[in-house]
Amino acid sequence: MTPAILSDPQKRQDSLRSTTVRQWKNRLFVYFCTVVAGASVLILLVLLGAIFAQGMHFLDWDFLTSPASMKPTETGVATGLVGTLLVCGVCAICTLPLGVATAIFLEEYQPRSPFFRNLRSFIQLNITNLAGVPSVVYGILGLTAFVNLFGLAGSLDQPAFEVGATHYYQFLNEEPRIVRIPVASSAQDSPELETGMLAYTGSGRRVRLNVIAADANWPDDPKLAARTLRIGETGGLQTETSWYHFRLPFGRSVLAIGLTLMLVVLPILITASQEALRSVPFSLREGAFGLGATRWQTIRNVTLPAAIPGIMTGSIIAMSRAIGEAAPIVIISGVTSQTVMAHSLMSDSPVLPLQIFYWSGQAIQEFHDVAASGIIVLLGVLLLFNAAAVILRQKLQKPLS
Amino acid sequence: MKLPNTLNWAGKLLGTTLVLLAIGCGGSNQTDEENGDASAIGEALKGEITIDGSSTVAPISGVAKEQFNKEYKNVNIKLSITGTGDGFKRFSAGETDVSNASRPIKESEFKLCQENNVEFIEIPVAYDGLTIVVNTQNDWADEITVEQLKTIFSAETAPKTWKDVNEDWPDEELKIYAPGTESGTFDYFNEVVLEDAKMRSDFSPSADDNTLVNGVKGNKSAIGFFGASYYFNNEDSLKALAVVNPETKEAVLPSAATIESGEYAPFSRPLFIYVKKASMDRPEVKLFVKFYLDHAAEMAKEVFYVPLPKTVYESATKHVNGKKVGTHYLTEAGEKRKGSVTDIYQEENLVTELD
Repeated sequence: MTPAILSDPQKRQDSLRSTTVRQWKNRLFVYFCTVVAGASVLILLVLLGAIFAQGMHFLDWDFLTSPASMKPTETGVATGLVGTLLVCGVCAICTLPLGVATAIFLEEYQPRSPFFRNLRSFIQLNITNLAGVPSVVYGILGLTAFVNLFGLAGSLDQPAFEVGATHYYQFLNEEPRIVRIPVASSAQDSPELETGMLAYTGSGRRVRLNVIAADANWPDDPKLAARTLRIGETGGLQTETSWYHFRLPFGRSVLAIGLTLMLVVLPILITASQEALRSVPFSLREGAFGLGATRWQTIRNVTLPAAIPGIMTGSIIAMSRAIGEAAPIVIISGVTSQTVMAHSLMSDSPVLPLQIFYWSGQAIQEFHDVAASGIIVLLGVLLLFNAAAVILRQKLQKPLS
Repeated sequence: MKLPNTLNWAGKLLGTTLVLLAIGCGGSNQTDEENGDASAIGEALKGEITIDGSSTVAPISGVAKEQFNKEYKNVNIKLSITGTGDGFKRFSAGETDVSNASRPIKESEFKLCQENNVEFIEIPVAYDGLTIVVNTQNDWADEITVEQLKTIFSAETAPKTWKDVNEDWPDEELKIYAPGTESGTFDYFNEVVLEDAKMRSDFSPSADDNTLVNGVKGNKSAIGFFGASYYFNNEDSLKALAVVNPETKEAVLPSAATIESGEYAPFSRPLFIYVKKASMDRPEVKLFVKFYLDHAAEMAKEVFYVPLPKTVYESATKHVNGKKVGTHYLTEAGEKRKGSVTDIYQEENLVTELD
């Protein structure tokens, strides 16, 4: 305002009015923002309220510890819960180092040579684009890349490399008893039956096999009969795997799902970590360089600790996305229920989002309430994850001074 | 500093998982095997059965899985649901043991199986009726003919109001609720009603049958179609139209009795499982398929489907015991056979390979 305005009463009136108008506009905008923010919270509350109202009566200890069932009263999330924890574990372990390392490369190392400078901008461009790709597309990619390893490492029934699996041929004789004959690999055909071969009974006792002709009489002694097979009997391959079971290609396993989810959430984590690193004041880095620290020492002792809170926030967002992702998993495994829990990285397993998706499509109305209960469990797991991340963030937060 | 914490977190995660595993895997490994108890193979039988395919058949297979697991606890049965077509894709690549299908195998799928040397046994397990439903407040329509349905759903005619279909019906807007082209239910409707005429596209199809149910519930002038189990579960809030049987010219309402007798034509369709012959060498698969067939009728009822006639189950059992491979629903030349399951599912119609 110039003094000329103040001296002219007419103009002064105008400017005052414009001030009231401006202030009024300001107030209006504050109200508008408050209403919008309130609305989003209200929508969330309504959603949560509806889910809890619908899902609470199926939610009990049995629901958490029983596998999926076709009866709404008996069904549970145990297998899906274990699957989700394993998948998200794999995803977190793979995503965090990769994502943060990429962000550090893009932000901290400003390469001078034209080749690396072009590489950097190329990577940056790709990450920005990948963030917008629908997750189903990643499912198709994961199917080729992780499930089949591009067909480079044998096939699913004849893996190129396998540890932690023992293969048997399982027979059912006329007693009826189970007889198992160990074989070296899954590629082996049914073994030639001979008397005296090493075999195992159904309960795992080592016995010597007794082989009789196709038309011979069945032995009377139950102990002998339990380890007897007729010549020409066909058995089936059966594989027992231990917790460290590993094979190439990965198949439709927990590991393949976790790695695919890694692809889905990497762009999110990288962008968030970049923002966090960018927000660290440059004076800090310069101080470290001034003391003669190398670039790595600076990152290790100054930049990264200062950026950790932001990076943790990014990883919370990324993991929240991963835990609720269903579309790529439908493409990769689509398992909605199975008898036993996943016990190794190579196990197939249902995951919670798929179970919820399946239940909500059921004809029997009670299943919709079961789906709501499943959502509550999923939210619970998510909150646990995030609480852990928040606690870590508090612990790691160092004052910048 | 970053990495150890990540590891720590992962360690906690693994710990949690292991605890949960311990909860889940409680139970003893002792068997009565040496005591000569005949039921002992229940615990001793191990193995893995992979099932994939139609979401319509999945509930029956799910019940089978559960009841089978009550007796044979250590057989891991994996049930995936990717849809009939994708299920057959995996099946023809030899990846699965059992494929759920809400329609018979197509010529192209059969050829893929042949290329990969996957021989299979075709087993019908239950009937599903396709219901045509309207809103309960709809007081003008009680029955409908196949021709009228064709008029309503085909793109060529695409009527805007009920009056456009039938002069006696009111001038109310037609609201259409139908499943999308990826579903077996749509395939079936397409084959029976539209005879490959184009489906109209001025409505939004839904893959989720519950969405269709709710759409018809909430709209006075709506019409929709979906599997009968969704209607049986919502009988109070939906009205089914009686379909005029093209043969007898009588209007028939969908019910367990009319679907089983075949009066509810042309909308009762058989549901199938396809079993890989090579898998039948494995004791766990052999026992599972036998179990499935022995209990198919009661399991179907449990999930609101309709059991097939006894004779069909009997010939299916013969097929399984004799390991008779192939399909009954295609001719040698790859043409589709049409008719009721009792007529088609005969050994003389069995085609083991296509030319």
